[in-house]
Amino acid sequence: MSDTHAQSVQFVRGTMIPEQDPPITEKGALKWMRENLFSSWLNAILTVLSLYVIYWVLAHILPWTVGGIWDAESLSQCRDIRDASGIDYNVACWAVITDRWHQLLFGFYPSELYWRPILALIIFGAAIAPILFETLPRKMLIVSIAAPFLAYWLLWGGSVWGPIAVAFGFGIGWAIVTYGESLLGALGAIIGAIVVPVLYWLFLAGPVGAALQATLPIGIAQIGSNQFGGFMLAIIIGVSAIVLSLPLGILLALGRQSDLFIINKCSVIFIEVIRGVPLIVWLFTASLLLNYFLPPEVSFDLMLRVIIMVTLFASAYIAEVVRGGLAALPRGQYEGADSLGLDYWQAMRLIILPQALKISIPGIVSTFIGLFKDTTLVVFIGLLDPIGLSQAIRADSAWNGIYWELFIFIGLCFFIFCFSMSQYSQWLERKLNTGHR
Amino acid sequence: MTETSPYATDHVVDRSHMKVSDEVAIEINNMNKWFGTFHVLRDIDLTVYRGERIVICGPSGSGKSTLIRCVNALEEHQQGKIVVDGTELSNDLKNIDKIRSEVGMCFQHFNLFPHLTILENCTLAPIWVRKTPKREAEETAMHFLKKVKIPEQADKYPGQLSGGQQQRVAIARSLCMRPRIMLFDEPTSALDPEMIKEVLDTMIELAEEGMTMLCVTHEMGFARQVANRVIFMDAGQIVEQNEPEPFFTNPQSERTKLFLSQILGH
Repeated sequence: MSDTHAQSVQFVRGTMIPEQDPPITEKGALKWMRENLFSSWLNAILTVLSLYVIYWVLAHILPWTVGGIWDAESLSQCRDIRDASGIDYNVACWAVITDRWHQLLFGFYPSELYWRPILALIIFGAAIAPILFETLPRKMLIVSIAAPFLAYWLLWGGSVWGPIAVAFGFGIGWAIVTYGESLLGALGAIIGAIVVPVLYWLFLAGPVGAALQATLPIGIAQIGSNQFGGFMLAIIIGVSAIVLSLPLGILLALGRQSDLFIINKCSVIFIEVIRGVPLIVWLFTASLLLNYFLPPEVSFDLMLRVIIMVTLFASAYIAEVVRGGLAALPRGQYEGADSLGLDYWQAMRLIILPQALKISIPGIVSTFIGLFKDTTLVVFIGLLDPIGLSQAIRADSAWNGIYWELFIFIGLCFFIFCFSMSQYSQWLERKLNTGHR
Repeated sequence: MTETSPYATDHVVDRSHMKVSDEVAIEINNMNKWFGTFHVLRDIDLTVYRGERIVICGPSGSGKSTLIRCVNALEEHQQGKIVVDGTELSNDLKNIDKIRSEVGMCFQHFNLFPHLTILENCTLAPIWVRKTPKREAEETAMHFLKKVKIPEQADKYPGQLSGGQQQRVAIARSLCMRPRIMLFDEPTSALDPEMIKEVLDTMIELAEEGMTMLCVTHEMGFARQVANRVIFMDAGQIVEQNEPEPFFTNPQSERTKLFLSQILGH
């Protein structure tokens, strides 16, 4: 005898239950508010309190911002206009922005030549677009290759042959890598591709450029680095350092993972030393100390030195971020690539780095955002970044004593850049998500 | 006699193409390997002839995976000699890459590349290692994907496939390099029972075409049906090897008897 009731065990469903809508209180805005804002008495009180605080803050900031004065020639005139209109609270004096925006953006770059940095920015946009967005035609990459030289020439001016002579060095390196492998072997080709261009740049590029300029003079007015300033300076340093530090950082990360003793130790020492010292120290090194070490006839442009230092600094951070991505990959990915007969560089380029970099995107973008904001530190070595220019503007008696308006404008410009980088990285992460693991 | 594995038993194996030739595919001579101070492989001697299907079994930690991973140099051996397809494994990277491109390997966890589609997984090595034109590599890939019966998944990503499908893709990916030898490292250990069958069927088809295979597996049904030799390993050494029928019905070593009674007994 079984001790279960036969009737309670057997069950056969005749018709399936159709899908039904949830009750009205369980969906839409009502449900959301009830769950998130008024789920209990305490939460309801906190909600009301928070709303009041938000109102209080906005009530103080908005009239100041929105009621700001855009048309005046000095801070005192701003105050006169406000007094004349009978307003009894403070308002912003945005007139300083309308009066000096060109300085905040371009520094002391000659105003009749503003088209040059603007054109350089457009070229940069065209160059970076095919790298950021895969769907654009691959032929646009030609612009990306030419852009650095073109932008350099537009910004600093001078003979067109100088950048061309430098670009030719890269051409030599590329030719040695592509065609030299059969002659020199893989390692020989790589070493040759580094040594020959460097020798060419040191001893030949200058005379070649000068000779070409002598035979066929083409050039535009030369602008010294000391005339650069404002956001133009921040963007030039930031973008150059970002573009250069990513490949360098990846190489350092691979070096730190390498089994080759010397490469491994060099990478570790480089990363730890660069990361262990504040950026400001490296910037002072760039501005002061390098001159002691270099022979007196070599005069390195200060901006170039700063770009190199910021690049090295950022690359050490990128290296560690990328190393985290490399470490996060399962060993099986390395073995899978190895078992198919891919060599080291193929495995890295096709299998390991695409995945490791994808994991590292948030860290890499954080580093880039930090780097971009750190460019304001160059003010301490005498370069006129936006912050430095705000001091220069205040030095003018017309705008003496104006702080908030300038800093809000500068902050807003930085925010636009950093926020777009962050948005792009989130879009990229979503795009690269193939639903694995 | 108890039937051990219910899987892959309904497949009537066609032995007409399974021929073992006199040509040596892999020769391992007096090979020793250590992990640090741990002596993981001891005096391994093994000659594999072309067309052989060898199943290696043994308790975990016996070194069976390490042994086949030595064959394509995923693990480095410290003593002795391994010759694969007439090329001796040495420290020369060119040699190792060449051997790896001739020897296919399937892993327990598939090791597909999750950022590439199934088709890209299969064409990657032919395009970059063999320098096959893309069109041709894709045709080959589709041919082998049809063979493992998942051509319709070609544009999906590995993460969207079931375990059994992923392992079959992994087999197809190896086959796209037209290997002369296939290594299987516990290919069904990470799979559900239903999926084990589809992978084993694929492996049996491969065996029927005369592929030289070295399989580390616990699927004794597969061993009995397909293998021409079963090797039992314990404590880093080959304890016993024989043809499947006498190996299962009349094991000689006490250790083998114990192992077989444990895995066949239930």
